[in-house]
Amino acid sequence: MKETPTGRPTPTPKPRRKTKKLRDQGRREFLRSAALLVGMVGASLAGLIPLIGRANARLRPPGALKDRLDEQEFLSACIKCGQCVQVCPVEAIKLADIDDGVGLGVPYIQARDQSCDFSCDGLQCVLACPTGALTHDIDYPAETRMGFARLARPGGCLAVRGLPLKGEARGPDHPALLRFESVDRWTPIRLAEHPFDLPLCDLCVRLCPIEIRITQCEAGTPPSGDPNQCPPLHAIRLEPKPDGLSATPVVLDGCVGCGVCEMVCPAEPAAIVVDIHRSADFQ
Amino acid sequence: MSYFVDSLRQLAGLKPVKPTPEQIPIPIQLIYKEKRKTPLTRDALQAVEAGHARSPNRHKWRNRRWITLIVVNLLFVVSYVLDVQLVEGALTASRVIGFHLADLNSALQVTLAYKHVVINLLIGTLTVVVLWILLGGRTFCSWVCPYHLVAEWAESLHLWLAKHGWAIDIQFHRTVRAVFYVIFALLALLTGYTVFETISPTGILSRALIYGPGLALLWILALLAVEVLLSRRAWCRYVCPIGITYGLVGVFSPLRVQYKMQSCHHEGDCRSVCLVPHVLDVTIRGRARGLATDIGADCTRCGLCVDICPTSSLSFTYKGLEKVL
Repeated sequence: MKETPTGRPTPTPKPRRKTKKLRDQGRREFLRSAALLVGMVGASLAGLIPLIGRANARLRPPGALKDRLDEQEFLSACIKCGQCVQVCPVEAIKLADIDDGVGLGVPYIQARDQSCDFSCDGLQCVLACPTGALTHDIDYPAETRMGFARLARPGGCLAVRGLPLKGEARGPDHPALLRFESVDRWTPIRLAEHPFDLPLCDLCVRLCPIEIRITQCEAGTPPSGDPNQCPPLHAIRLEPKPDGLSATPVVLDGCVGCGVCEMVCPAEPAAIVVDIHRSADFQ
Repeated sequence: MSYFVDSLRQLAGLKPVKPTPEQIPIPIQLIYKEKRKTPLTRDALQAVEAGHARSPNRHKWRNRRWITLIVVNLLFVVSYVLDVQLVEGALTASRVIGFHLADLNSALQVTLAYKHVVINLLIGTLTVVVLWILLGGRTFCSWVCPYHLVAEWAESLHLWLAKHGWAIDIQFHRTVRAVFYVIFALLALLTGYTVFETISPTGILSRALIYGPGLALLWILALLAVEVLLSRRAWCRYVCPIGITYGLVGVFSPLRVQYKMQSCHHEGDCRSVCLVPHVLDVTIRGRARGLATDIGADCTRCGLCVDICPTSSLSFTYKGLEKVL
């Protein structure tokens, strides 16, 4: 800011004063605009905070682009449209809220409440994804890598304790949906509508979509007659203990981390849970 | 060609260039001279405006626009709630009876962050480009964007409060929106995340409508509070990069609002209702360079000026089809 030039008397003082005023206005406007810029960019960058320490790591739908520790690709490729939410027959997919930062609007699955059970067979969510955030490279449930199941609380497991299961897996009011091949191959029903009467609880094995598929293939009846539907590896089995009265669920390399075992586990909290940062390829 | 240049300048936030007297063609100068010779009295002006206020067309375009905006957004909601699969997805990306559609700015952000384009996204983006070239580009803002509607109502509240001295209007330099545009593009490219989408009220509102409300609505409320109390329509005017993306498409659109200077009284009603008033600077006396001027691409084609103009000096036009329509 220059002072008024010395010497000569100023013939038109008015416009000059105005110019200085305008300049001040301009400077204030610039500072205001810069503050707006910093504020908004700061607000949007705050969305990166939940990424620190993988705070927003969640179970993602089948085919989500990710490796063991990083969801970066998935979060960048997802356009947050929710088309995967709309096609899921068991309504397993939810969209994350603003506390997930840049993960806002990105789909996830809360396996304990409602897991993916592959009741669509064709992986509709993958087909629906317009950006390939759910990779189109996979065609069959056994090819997905959502996570890896783990017997987190053996002490709670009914099989480990040698206990039977009589009645509904999660009580009469639980809203979880699951497809039972014996009831209807295409339409999922409420878990609460399907009571069990088992001398030793084996729900995590009995209801595992991969195990069900293998059983069908071994019987010579793969779904739609398509042998590609047959999983190459077992996902889980019940290993009997020496006492012959109890058994331990053992997770195998065929586990894709769909979360059905976690959802159906009658123990509270679930004895078996899905690890998000592990998969059959990264253990 | 100058329509393109003017449009780009306006999108960048630069001030419109005032024509020098020599740049105004003689016939136009004569019209201005004629207008000065017979100045409009206040009474005459009020009579014209009072007559127009009673006209059934007073809110024609606004009503059509509000209905369109609400219907488009309801289609998404109803389609999901009733599971009719007519319109799947949200405003960021959708499928309409099987056709992929992708919001241009969301598609741009995802492409910059992911650095990889899937064919479905390309198809959806191109479909939307063609659609908005035909329909006017920033037409998206005022005819589709759900945030626009709530911000429009918030703006009315702001104006009422400001009239009573209970709200202020902090103005920013209009180039700041273009700077935001570049910064958000760079952030997506450098961080690898769609950073802008975290604060985009368009996406947040669209998803909240379809999939149910969440905490993200608090951000929308904060934005609206700022707009009502501190700065008139700040988000759309100074921040939103979606507007620029659609504006750039709109540069090539034949759907425009056209200004005919001959019948204009230059009383400025249009600029006072306009959501992007700088595009109407040409209606100030002495600014027009021709008998008919197309309003630049930063115009959202909302039609508020068309509705309010008592002399029909502003009207919608579709280049190349004027004679057919």
